[in-house]
Formats: sequence, structure tokens, C-alpha cells
Amino acid sequence: MSDAMMAEPRLSQISPSGIDVPVRVGPSAIDTDAIGEPGAYPFTRGIFADGYRGRLWTIRQYSGFGTAEESNERYRFLLNRGQTGLSVALDLPTQCGLDPTEDMARPEVGKVGVSLSTLAEAEILFKGIDLSRISTSFTINGTAAIIYAMYLAVADKQGVARSTLTGTIQNDILKEYVARGTWIFPVRPSMRLIADSILYSNRETPRFNPISIAGAHVRDAGATAVEELAYTLANGLAYVDELLRRGGDVTQFAKRLSFFFYVHMDFFEEVCKFRAARRIWARLLKERYGVTDPKAQHFRFGVVCGGSSLVAPQPYNNVVRVAVETMAAVLGGAQSIFTCALDEAYQIPTEFSAELAVRTQQIIAYESGIGRSVDPLGGSYFVEQHTDQIEAAVLKVMQEIEDYGGVEKAIEEGWIQMRLAERALQRKLDIDSGEKVIVGLNHFRNPDEINTPGEVFSLDPLAAGRVIERHQQVLQTRQQSAVDRSLQRLANVAAQDGENLLPYLVDCCHAYATVGEMVSTLRTQWGEFHEPVRL
Amino acid sequence: MTTTESHNTSRTAAPLLRGRRILVAKPGLDGHDIGAKVVALALRNAGAEVIYTGLRKSPQYIARVAIDEGVDAIGLSILSGSHCELVAQVVERLRESSAQDIVVFVGGTIPAADHSRLQELGVRGIYTSDMPLEQVVLSVAQSLN
Repeated sequence: MSDAMMAEPRLSQISPSGIDVPVRVGPSAIDTDAIGEPGAYPFTRGIFADGYRGRLWTIRQYSGFGTAEESNERYRFLLNRGQTGLSVALDLPTQCGLDPTEDMARPEVGKVGVSLSTLAEAEILFKGIDLSRISTSFTINGTAAIIYAMYLAVADKQGVARSTLTGTIQNDILKEYVARGTWIFPVRPSMRLIADSILYSNRETPRFNPISIAGAHVRDAGATAVEELAYTLANGLAYVDELLRRGGDVTQFAKRLSFFFYVHMDFFEEVCKFRAARRIWARLLKERYGVTDPKAQHFRFGVVCGGSSLVAPQPYNNVVRVAVETMAAVLGGAQSIFTCALDEAYQIPTEFSAELAVRTQQIIAYESGIGRSVDPLGGSYFVEQHTDQIEAAVLKVMQEIEDYGGVEKAIEEGWIQMRLAERALQRKLDIDSGEKVIVGLNHFRNPDEINTPGEVFSLDPLAAGRVIERHQQVLQTRQQSAVDRSLQRLANVAAQDGENLLPYLVDCCHAYATVGEMVSTLRTQWGEFHEPVRL
Repeated sequence: MTTTESHNTSRTAAPLLRGRRILVAKPGLDGHDIGAKVVALALRNAGAEVIYTGLRKSPQYIARVAIDEGVDAIGLSILSGSHCELVAQVVERLRESSAQDIVVFVGGTIPAADHSRLQELGVRGIYTSDMPLEQVVLSVAQSLN
């Protein structure tokens, strides 16, 4: 251990995003016009005038593993413990558009999420869960349009009206190219698929969020809070432009755009990030696109607390981290919160740790009282000035991306990816040197500490076999001619640029076409993304 | 795939790996590549010539590139929990080509319970994100000397 780690650390004057933070801020720092009122443009203080008094944030835990049966059981457990929305984790084959029987898929079946290779799996996953009452969020991107189509098909089967469906698909491919890696098709056809699903969703499932433009993964990969917001807003604008190109009405589709962020440990940087985000987005929509409907100017977002801020050494410290981050999310005005479990740094949470994560939110919601008044930090000299500083820094990074030629070019050429890798290296070196303090990891280590809690979650090693078995059964029992017909129609529509693809994907799902078949059909028409590898 | 020229700009390590060729690879479907890239940059900064495969490569592809490029070591980055299966497949492909002298190391989310299994497969180093980069570089260098 180096000397830096042994010494008592000092409070840094520079925030993690590189903002110089003054030790004192006075009344002259405040620009009252820019702040505004809660529920009013530019929404710095929140999108609703009554904050959480009108409606609490959604407690939504990311969960899913193994077979549809096991995940269904975990969902019922979480709903039973007071969770108010589902968040479905899908396995990598489903995310990358491979069937569980394919060579590349086999080692990953059911590992980081549940396998949804056909409608048959989705029917089991949502068995006994009333989709008209529970909102469901899917962390799905490369195959988002397909999984959304499958969700509609399940709702149809359950007899639930599509118009009542609520939930979210992540459907944000741009950040996949940068940080999360589940891209399939090149940028252009991927953007079409996203625009098609958003426009279709606006008509068929008007209460559903067909996209959640996400900064969390970029952040996890090393971006600062400022870069997280800048990259995400830049991606958001790229989607708006694409939707306009495909004939969308911005006042309509902008109401259903949602966002997703990380909350890390630097408390005020996070609170101010969300306050700045609302203001920047509202102004961009008004000034750049002429949007005047306040609902279409609203910046609605969910968050995840924990993630890369959690560490394996002294794992119980993570409970405290998640609590602090959750408070920042609430004071920042988040619409939904996912709290990571204390063991999330190294495994799928156990039932104990998953429950504790839900309880953390409930304690903050119902005992702490911090949600009682809207934006209680509003008007603080420091908070308002820091919000302004973050806003300026974010706009600067967004300008750099525009100067490069826009996000699509920056991604295709690997420029953002390279910036991120350099940032991640720097962050890692700062942690290694002890300059960035992480309690229990690079400071305040205890020679005889316990590094993992006793209970360990383990996946059923036979689950993947059961998934593959049922997949093969579906292939044998479905009506092959209906599958072939629906895939052929999908291919025809994909070959031209005009028609919306979604009705055809829903038909494929109803016919029990597999995710792999639908993706192969589209890949034949569109090709694959060529990953730029720059280091 | 890209080959990066070795140069020594390291803040953390002496040029322990000068003249060494290392393939950093992402087997399987896991798309979390930042750890792989950070380690690739650190190895390059320590003097190695580093080749990075990019995402979603099959064990066959990784073994072939390693052999074609004449690398001294392969670093496999896996965060999806499929490390035992994927490492076994890469090692098997190397053995089939009589290339088992290529050192294999693994990074990612690797539970302690799986370390002995990976070591039995011949893995020379297992690295997690908590580990200082300097230590990772040093360990790779030692396994090559």
C-alpha cells in the first residue's frame, strides 16, 4: 500500500467532473429567472409542481436470471415485498439476437438475465402478473423492437388492452456502440428500428416509454457526471432528429422520451446533474425544435444507485453508499429508482440483499421525509451555482461532439469510445494511487476484514439446459408455414425504407418465430455494425 | 482489430513488457469492454505491443489471431459469468494447434470459488477490477519471464 493510501485523505477542491468548487458561495451566485418554479419551464426544480406528494417515484429493481419460471418466481417475490414495477434483465443471447442453441450463445444462456427466445418464454415469465396494472421495464437495446413486439404479443394473449400497457424499453442503441456492446446492425438501420418502435408505440401503447436514453453505462465505463449527461443528451437529440426524419410529430413523441442515469457518490454533483439536465433538455426542445407543450419539454428519468461505485471489499459499506445515492436521486427529482444490492459488485443479489435494497428506498421514502417538499435544495446558493456550472460544462462537451461531426460519426469512428477508455484509465489510476478515495478499497482497510458476506447466490447450473430444451420443443410444435410467412414479410419490409417494421415483428412473435430468426432476417437485409477498435 | 505500437508513457510501470506481444480479447457475448481496454492501455504503457480484438469473438477466432500474430500472451476479459466455459474453449483451441505455450490470463468478474478451476485449465493470472493496474502489469510480466 502506497503512502498516499496511508495518509489521512483531504477534501478535494475539484469535483469528480473537474469542476472547481468554491468553499463559500453567496447570494450573488443566484440567477432567479433560470431557476423558475417546480413544474414550470425550464423545470430546473422538477417537472411536477407537487413533486413526490402527487406520486412517489417507482421502486424498480433490475432482476432476472435462469429460466422464465425462476424469474417469474423472483418477480412475484419482489412484488410481494412492495416493489411497484418490474425490471427485466435479459440474458446476453437474447440481447445479441442469438437463439440459445447457437454455439456463441450456449455458455451465456440464462447467465446475466432471463432467456426470452420466443413468445412461449414470455408467456411463462409474466404468468400470474397482470400487465395492465404493473409497469415493466426491459433493459434491451439491439433487440428492443423485437422484445417490445413480444410484450405486445403476451398482452394480446392475456387479453390485456395494449392501450393500458405501461413500462419502458431501453431501446438506446447509440450508447451500446459506446459502452455496453449489444449492438447488432449498423447505425442507420438501427436508428430506423428505434424510430419505428417509438412511433408505433406512441399509437398502440400511448402510456409506454418506447425509449430510455441511458447514460448509466457510459458512466459505468468511466465517464464523469458531466460527460454522462452530455453524451446522453447528444444521443437524445440524434433520436429526435431521426424521428423527425421519419415523419414524427415532436410534440407527440417527445412526451414519451425518457432517460436513465447513474447516481454516484459525489452528492451535490449528482443532485445538480439532474437539475441541469431538466433545464438543458427543456431549453433545447423549445429553442431548437419549437416545442411549447410543457409535457413535451419534460425531462423524465430513472436512475440506478450503486453499480460501479460499489466495491467488493467491506461489502456492507455498500449499503451506506446506496442510501446516500438514493437520497441524491430523490433530491434530484428522479421518477424511478433502482437500488443495487450490497453484493451486486460480485454476484446476482441474494433474496436478503435484494430485499435490503428495496427497504433502503422505503426508509428514504417514508421515514426520512426528504420527498415532502419539491426540490428542497432549490435556492441554495451553492446548489444553484453548481447546477449552472454543470450545465455550462455539459454544453461544452456537447459542442465538442457537434464540432466533431455529430454523435453518429463520433461513434462510427470510435472517437467517443476512445475518449471513454482514456477517462477510464485515468479514473483507475486515481483509485490505484488513492487520490480518489474509496473507503475500504484504497483507504481505511482493515487487516482482518471480511470481504464477502456469508450467503452466496448461485445459479442453477441446469437452467440453461431447460431453456434449450423448451426452445427446441417450441420449434417442433409451432406452425412452420406461419413462421416462414411472417419472416418473409418482415424481410420484404426491411428491404425498403418506408414502412414501419413493428406490426411485422408482432406478427412474427405471435407465430412463435425466434429472436434469432427475426434478427437473422434483418441482418440479411442490413448487415452488421463494424466495430471501430481504437486504443 | 488494431495493432498499437509500443511506447513507454506509463505513469505506473517500468517498461517490463518491452518487446512482448499481447492479445487482449473479449470472448463470448459480454459487451463490457472498458476493463479490457484499460488493461490493454496499461500493458501498452508498460512497453508491450498490444492487440485488442474488439467485442464478441469466438474462442476459435481468438486462438487463431493469437497464433497468427505470434503473441506471447492472451488476456481474456469476461464479466458475464461464463468465464469457466469460455476459458476452457480458448485453451482447448490453443492446445489443438499446439500453441499451449501462449500464456493465458483472465480478467473480469471472477468469483474466488472459480479460481482453482481456472488455474487447472492453465490460467496464469486472474485479475479483478479492485486490483491496482501496476500489480496486474507486474503479474503479467512475471508470468512471461
